[in-house]
Amino acid sequence: MIQLKVNGVPRSFDGEPDMPLLWYLRDILALTGTKFGCGMALCGACTVHQNGKAIRSCITTMQRAAGSEIRTIEDLGANGLHPVQRSWMEVNVPQCGYCQSGQIMQAAALLSQKPKPTDEDIDNIMSGNICRCGTYQRIRAAIKAAAGERA
Amino acid sequence: MNPLIDVSRRGFLQGILSTGALVLSVRLVPESLWAAEVAAGASADASALHPSVYLGVDTDGTVYIIAHRSEMGTTSRTSLPLVLADELDADWSRVKVQQAIGDAGYGSQDTDGSHSIREFYEPMRQAGATARLMLIRAAAQQWGVPEAECTTDLHVVVHKATGKKAAYGDLAPAAAELPVPKKEELKFKPQSAWRYVGKGQSSYDLADLCTGKAQFGMDARIDGMVYASIERPPVLGGKVKSFDEKAPLQVKGVRQTLTIDTFTPPHHFQPLGGIAVIADNTWSAMKGRKKLNPVWDNGPHAVYNSVQFKKGLRETARKPAKAARNQGDVEAAFAKGGKVIEAEYYVPHLAHASMEPPVALADYREGKVTVWASTQNPQAVQEIISEKLGIPKDAVTCHVPLLGGGFGRKSKPDYAAEAAILSKAVGRPVKVVWSREDDISFDYYHTVSAMYMKAALGADGLPTAWLQRSVFPSIGSTFNVDATAAGAGELQQGWTDLPFNIPNIRAENSGAAAHLRIGWLRSVANIYHAFAAQSFADECAHAAGRDSLEYLMALIGPPRIVDVKKSAPDYPNYGGSLEAYPIDTARYRRVMELVAEKSGWGKQKLGKGQGMGIAVHRSFLTYVATVVQVEVNDQGELRIPRVDTALDAGLVVNPEATRSQFEGAAVFGTSLARFGEITATNGIVDQSNFDTYPVARMNEAPYQTNVYIVESNAPPAGVGEPGVPPFAPALCNAIFAATGKRVRELPLSRSNLGT
Repeated sequence: MIQLKVNGVPRSFDGEPDMPLLWYLRDILALTGTKFGCGMALCGACTVHQNGKAIRSCITTMQRAAGSEIRTIEDLGANGLHPVQRSWMEVNVPQCGYCQSGQIMQAAALLSQKPKPTDEDIDNIMSGNICRCGTYQRIRAAIKAAAGERA
Repeated sequence: MNPLIDVSRRGFLQGILSTGALVLSVRLVPESLWAAEVAAGASADASALHPSVYLGVDTDGTVYIIAHRSEMGTTSRTSLPLVLADELDADWSRVKVQQAIGDAGYGSQDTDGSHSIREFYEPMRQAGATARLMLIRAAAQQWGVPEAECTTDLHVVVHKATGKKAAYGDLAPAAAELPVPKKEELKFKPQSAWRYVGKGQSSYDLADLCTGKAQFGMDARIDGMVYASIERPPVLGGKVKSFDEKAPLQVKGVRQTLTIDTFTPPHHFQPLGGIAVIADNTWSAMKGRKKLNPVWDNGPHAVYNSVQFKKGLRETARKPAKAARNQGDVEAAFAKGGKVIEAEYYVPHLAHASMEPPVALADYREGKVTVWASTQNPQAVQEIISEKLGIPKDAVTCHVPLLGGGFGRKSKPDYAAEAAILSKAVGRPVKVVWSREDDISFDYYHTVSAMYMKAALGADGLPTAWLQRSVFPSIGSTFNVDATAAGAGELQQGWTDLPFNIPNIRAENSGAAAHLRIGWLRSVANIYHAFAAQSFADECAHAAGRDSLEYLMALIGPPRIVDVKKSAPDYPNYGGSLEAYPIDTARYRRVMELVAEKSGWGKQKLGKGQGMGIAVHRSFLTYVATVVQVEVNDQGELRIPRVDTALDAGLVVNPEATRSQFEGAAVFGTSLARFGEITATNGIVDQSNFDTYPVARMNEAPYQTNVYIVESNAPPAGVGEPGVPPFAPALCNAIFAATGKRVRELPLSRSNLGT
């Protein structure tokens, strides 16, 4: 039996330990805000926080998630929008929006590590998250806006 | 004839509206659409389109507007209701958008071809103006004043002389009793009074998209559902010979395996066939699938090898072919001599790779199917399921959640048919989830093309004759096994519509056999046609020793209407009339002038390895000029620091959304120009995920794309696709300016740009 916390709630899982966290979140807990994009950690659509760090849930097995605290997009703004979510809305980032849960979780993790990221920091961290609609320049602008908001 | 039909009693919004609410519909027959022609097999009702848009004003003042087009990021679900809300003088914060199910009553719901606003702007305005007039009449009757003395002000009817006001919600029951006014009676708001049109609004779903609450097709869930992952024949048309029926069942959560028949040609929107693994969750289905160990009968398309095929295409492109447009006499002009230049271009197959792979959930019960599908075309979902299951079309109810991208792929609902077939077979709701590998390996691919170009330059360096020839497998092959020649719908896209001021022009095309499923991808044939024509224009400018912009402006020539029908009688103009949407060189010139000014063309000091390139192109009735700046270092590494793009799309309803679309088009263009390439070996596609089919990431995309919208009251045109075609040639022209290396073949990853 695998024990973990998801969005603050203690959970136990007795399924296959090699099941990726992504499918546990989506199919079993019905937390569908976290998206499936590639299954190989190539696109970042499935990004969640594990003990505060951004991880790709599509390649993180339940075994590796055991004992940790997982946070998903559903919880990020549960007590008032996160600054990144606010700036995402101000800058009008999403087009189709499918990748944006992952983008937002990645950006939130970035800002918690580097409150004032440079262009290079943003490129380095955010280039792991694909947006096929091509909202990259708005993502960059929104991260900078959120960084300003925190100052 | 009165185009308005009162549907108050038809219950389209039943269950939502209170008793006494005002409900309206508008029905108008639109112009024929390009997509309808190409996909003639797709919708049997294409000739009898009756687009309708329904709205209701509830007694509490809530305005319900039905969005009948799919939302995949282009904001059609926001921008069309905005048009209606504006003419109704409604408060946008009191509007609720309801997504339509698939229903032929709405007319074409196939959300592609960049025509949502173009086709439905007028019907939406009329619906809003009609409801507004009925509310005004209801108020005038209550107050005993002439209706001409009444007006509206954001959700209320006002009588200025007496200062009386009545809220829309309070007036709704009385308005609902009135006859629907005739179109001639409608009074439209003056442009100065527009609240939303031309100003725009962010997406109706913005907050949900930023909080994980938005419901995409991938997120659909119903009680009792199971999940399916399907192993499909690796070669188009292949069949299952054998597979391991036991091993998958050993995976925890796997319930059963079953086969899906391979389609009978033409493949159309039918499932490819294969072996489905049904399980309690997506992961178990995927894991069980790996244990299938299938053996296939590959069939005739196993001959497809991209390396040889490319050679064949290029050879064909060098041989004379049928003219799709013939103006003057190019051969006579070539015979006169002058400086003759030739070039060949090549663009490979591309995949759509929307972030959400194809997905559908279907529930078959007693001869009826309810389906939730990420689809651009819910009526095609109804049709293909009806066909495959032998049930009437109206026994299929298709819900349309948000789409995680579409780009044309999700107009083709093979995956929804898979879900329906499986649901019937297993007696439960089944959700079919395509993996990324499925998506890349089994797409309806953008075609592969070769272009041959030839021009004779006169003493002034301008062409006296221009010959262009394209060769590619046609989209028609998806609907007709015998189709090899391109359709007029493909040839209009940057080929027969060449706007250059050259006396002798000939546009030719040769057919080619298709060995993969060929479909339309964002901007379609414009991609390769514009790449060839706009790159070759730049080659001519260089050969003439003239500035690229100045030369391109000379090619476009003086302001005039280009009468392509004279030399290309089949030219369909994207289904728009040439009276409303002529090919107007003044509009080409305007976007070029604007982008030249904004980009600082000719005024920027560029260092070593830096360059600027320009291209101009009209597609989906919108004019776009794009300037790309590049930096290329000695190692051949490319950066795109800046893109400037100017567009004239006529009246633009939602400028903010339009800017987003063009920013995105620059990234989409970057992906296809730098990395996009699908190849096949022995009929099997070589690429499978973002490692082998890369798309542009933040550090590879343009750093900044500036979008300039020409203010215009011309009829609205497309904005979803037209930003894509000029990007690749502008980029490659910039690379030439920076390095002296001319790129004639995409993707760029095949070229060494280093010194």
